Amino acid sequence: MFDNFPFWPDRASAAAGNVDALFIFLLILSGLMTLLIFAAVVYFAARYRRRDGVPAEQIEGSIPLELTWTIIPFAVFMVIFVWGAVVYFKSRTPARDSAEVYVVAKQWMWKLQHAEGQREINELHVPVGRDVKLIMTSQDVIHSFFVPAFRMKQDVLPGRYTVAWFRATKPGTYHLFCTQYCGTQHSSMIGSIVVMEPAQYEAWMSGGSSGPLSASGEKVFSELGCVTCHRTDAQGRGPNLQGVFGKPVQLADGRTVTADENYLRECILDPGAKRVKGFQPIMPTFQGLVSEEQVNALVAYIKSIAQPAVGANPSTAAVVPQNENQAGSKVQ
Amino acid sequence: MSMATATAVKPVERENYLNKEYGVGSWLLTTDHKRIALLYLISITFFFFIGGFFALLIRLELLTPAGDLVQADTYNKLFTQHGQIMVFFFLIPSIPAVLGNFLVPMMVGAKDLAFPRINLLSWYLYIIGGAMMVHCMLTGGVDTGWTFYTPFSTAFSNTKVIEAGLAIFVAGFSSILTGLNFVVTIHRMRAPGMTWSRLPLFIWAHYATSIIQILGTPIIAITLVLVIAERALHLGIFDPKLGGDPLLFQHLFWFYSHPAVYIMILPSMGVVTEIIACFARKRIFGYSFVAFSSIAIAVFGFLVWAHHMFVAGISVYAALVFSILSYAVAVPSAVKVFNWTATLYKGSIRYDAPMLYAFGFIGLFTMGGLTGLFLAALGIDVHVHDTYFVIAHFHYIMVGGAVMGYLGGMHFWWPKISGKLYPEGWARLAALIVFIGFNLTFFPQFILGYLGMPRRYYQYPPEFQVLNVLSTAGATVLAVGYLLPMCYFLWSMRYGKPAPDNPWNAAGLEWQTQSPPTTFNFEKEPVVTWEAYNYEEIDARTGGEAPIVG
Ligand code: HEM
Ligand SMILES: [Cu+2]
Repeated sequence: MFDNFPFWPDRASAAAGNVDALFIFLLILSGLMTLLIFAAVVYFAARYRRRDGVPAEQIEGSIPLELTWTIIPFAVFMVIFVWGAVVYFKSRTPARDSAEVYVVAKQWMWKLQHAEGQREINELHVPVGRDVKLIMTSQDVIHSFFVPAFRMKQDVLPGRYTVAWFRATKPGTYHLFCTQYCGTQHSSMIGSIVVMEPAQYEAWMSGGSSGPLSASGEKVFSELGCVTCHRTDAQGRGPNLQGVFGKPVQLADGRTVTADENYLRECILDPGAKRVKGFQPIMPTFQGLVSEEQVNALVAYIKSIAQPAVGANPSTAAVVPQNENQAGSKVQ
Repeated sequence: MSMATATAVKPVERENYLNKEYGVGSWLLTTDHKRIALLYLISITFFFFIGGFFALLIRLELLTPAGDLVQADTYNKLFTQHGQIMVFFFLIPSIPAVLGNFLVPMMVGAKDLAFPRINLLSWYLYIIGGAMMVHCMLTGGVDTGWTFYTPFSTAFSNTKVIEAGLAIFVAGFSSILTGLNFVVTIHRMRAPGMTWSRLPLFIWAHYATSIIQILGTPIIAITLVLVIAERALHLGIFDPKLGGDPLLFQHLFWFYSHPAVYIMILPSMGVVTEIIACFARKRIFGYSFVAFSSIAIAVFGFLVWAHHMFVAGISVYAALVFSILSYAVAVPSAVKVFNWTATLYKGSIRYDAPMLYAFGFIGLFTMGGLTGLFLAALGIDVHVHDTYFVIAHFHYIMVGGAVMGYLGGMHFWWPKISGKLYPEGWARLAALIVFIGFNLTFFPQFILGYLGMPRRYYQYPPEFQVLNVLSTAGATVLAVGYLLPMCYFLWSMRYGKPAPDNPWNAAGLEWQTQSPPTTFNFEKEPVVTWEAYNYEEIDARTGGEAPIVG
């Protein structure tokens, strides 16, 4: 029972150190505050305990004192706020060239698919030192993707994508928990993140893939007949999707939105919601006709044709060592 | 005013609100705020012990990493109903409905609350809601967590979500009516001379609480109706499959439930303020800062709800705004702690049981509040959200803070309520046991949370066991600490020494009438010519003699 009793969580991602530093700062700060207040209470209680003939001294209050202990805490709080916000910003902004993993949560398992095609359940293999971006959605209720060793957590919602990212820094196997209560087996909805050395990871990668996700997306794209309208020669009844991802899109109602994963997803499932300027509302909804995995594949495909140079062969673009240095210098 | 009667021998028992009428009917149809307070006391104690029993089962289940005591579904119902009962049927009504009901009219020098019948109605609503909750529990229970998050609650749970929702809906009206009654009473029924700046801070705290109850509770009521409607009729408000938005529910839920935590803590702050003034024989340091910080907390409390949603999928910018606002609401709470501490300075302090609870309150509330600073820091919340760190944080505030205040208040006013003194030695022992048991239960949970143990887990990886065992051990100690007061309070009703009218030589109008008070509180309407906490004057008059203890 007493074996393997940790005092501090593993620190295995680029973000973990930042979070720990702020946490330790707050521990010291609040430790001091607690000590100060406890000491004052205990000292006053002992020093001014009731004695016969020694009445209490009535004190009205003191505006300077009140102001002091309003302004100083406020200033200290602002320091914590800013520091916390900085840590948060870093942990929310993935690098552009990170590896992508699509996550579909359901009661009660994690289904994960790498952009390169590998599928996993309740286990995610990632290389050390590479930014990994998670594009997550749920098939049923809200779940939450939590890796304590990475100090990373993000709720996974049905009906839309949420995004998170991390960069693992230490090989090993780490807990993956679901932290949003999701029903009977909530506490069994756990898995592991396996962080590997790049070489090992490549070896792992080379087995068992059914081809890149974007390729299966391309297949779905033609099977569902998307190609008939979304043609690449500008003659289609729908917008040409080449190069759309990541770019601003003019909508029929005058707004402009950025074509991110959520936008693409919404266009597939609810085409009426954000109609593109200059096109008729003729696209049918695919809600209920495609699985979450197929939507992911479609999104991956549309993304892959966004950058023609890379899109020609998405799996080589994701080769690890090539991107590693780049990613390393990018963040921070 | 009644100084003469206080010291006189009592040949026959004086008529008071307890012995004026007998029989079940005289209680169930009473409009006397003091009797209604006792009705609440009994029913709230009942729910406290049910909720506490569930808590013990939860802790026992977590003694081992494997889920071996109960089934997963049972466990999920246990923590759900523990939360729902403790929050909606114990913490929210506890101090306002029991101590507030008893004391608010007396403290402002009124005969009763502004609307005595509505007061009785609010107790019945509480009881109907409570009965529905018990029925729900006995016939299958509910497993959504007290937070009812959608779409789990609307489309996936197979349990009695509708009934539990209705139970809370009904009880909510009880809360609204109590709040209304207090606001009107405080505005309209103050005795001559009882100006706003002479009000006890207990009243200020209840005033602020009432505002939240009136403005906030309708929101949770509407939200629950929407959940029920969606579940029954599939409207598609919260369920994305039907075109709804699950985050909308969270916004609505927390828009009430964040202020609701202040419904739980503000009255407790009011109690502690009274106790500290009395046992340090002092006016409160910075009276008006303490009064206005209550109002500030009530107002700011409405602006920070989304700090429960930092990882729920709100935008980064929304998160920034809610984080900074959370720090703003932390300031008035910090100010109060400093003022209480400063009140002790140059006091004349006695360590009777109520004061021990007040000390306990300051300690636990400080730690609960400081850990709030961790949670409001965006970068850290991402890691600790929905882990045991959050559980520990809010238990420090609500069990450590609110319940400590409640118990302290029960001890302080027990002689007034019952006319009997409780055994002081036992009471001090209980205060000590509660403090130790509490820390042993909840401190390890901070560490567990940082290590990453998620909340609402019925089984867990083995490396978390040691801390869970400590926590469970603490919970048993704590249970003893909570049972003790119930035993000696009951004991004192029969065997306790009769209480004098003002056993603590305390300031405040409630002490100027007999113990227990008569039905209309005062023989003649009091006229107030002194400031709150005029301890200097009282001690000069009584020679600063030690208060009587049992
Ligand atoms: C009067 C004092 C306080 C009370 C009664 C209180 C109560 C609570 C409760 C009940 C919860 C948990 C709700 C749940 O998820 O089930 C909570 C969470 C939280 N509290 Fe407090 N709290 C207090 C002070 C503070 C302070 C001073 C701050 C910030 C400076 C704060 C920040 C937070 C945050 C950010 C959370 C959400 C944590 C999360 O879910 O990740 N609290 N509080
Ligand atoms: Cu889950």
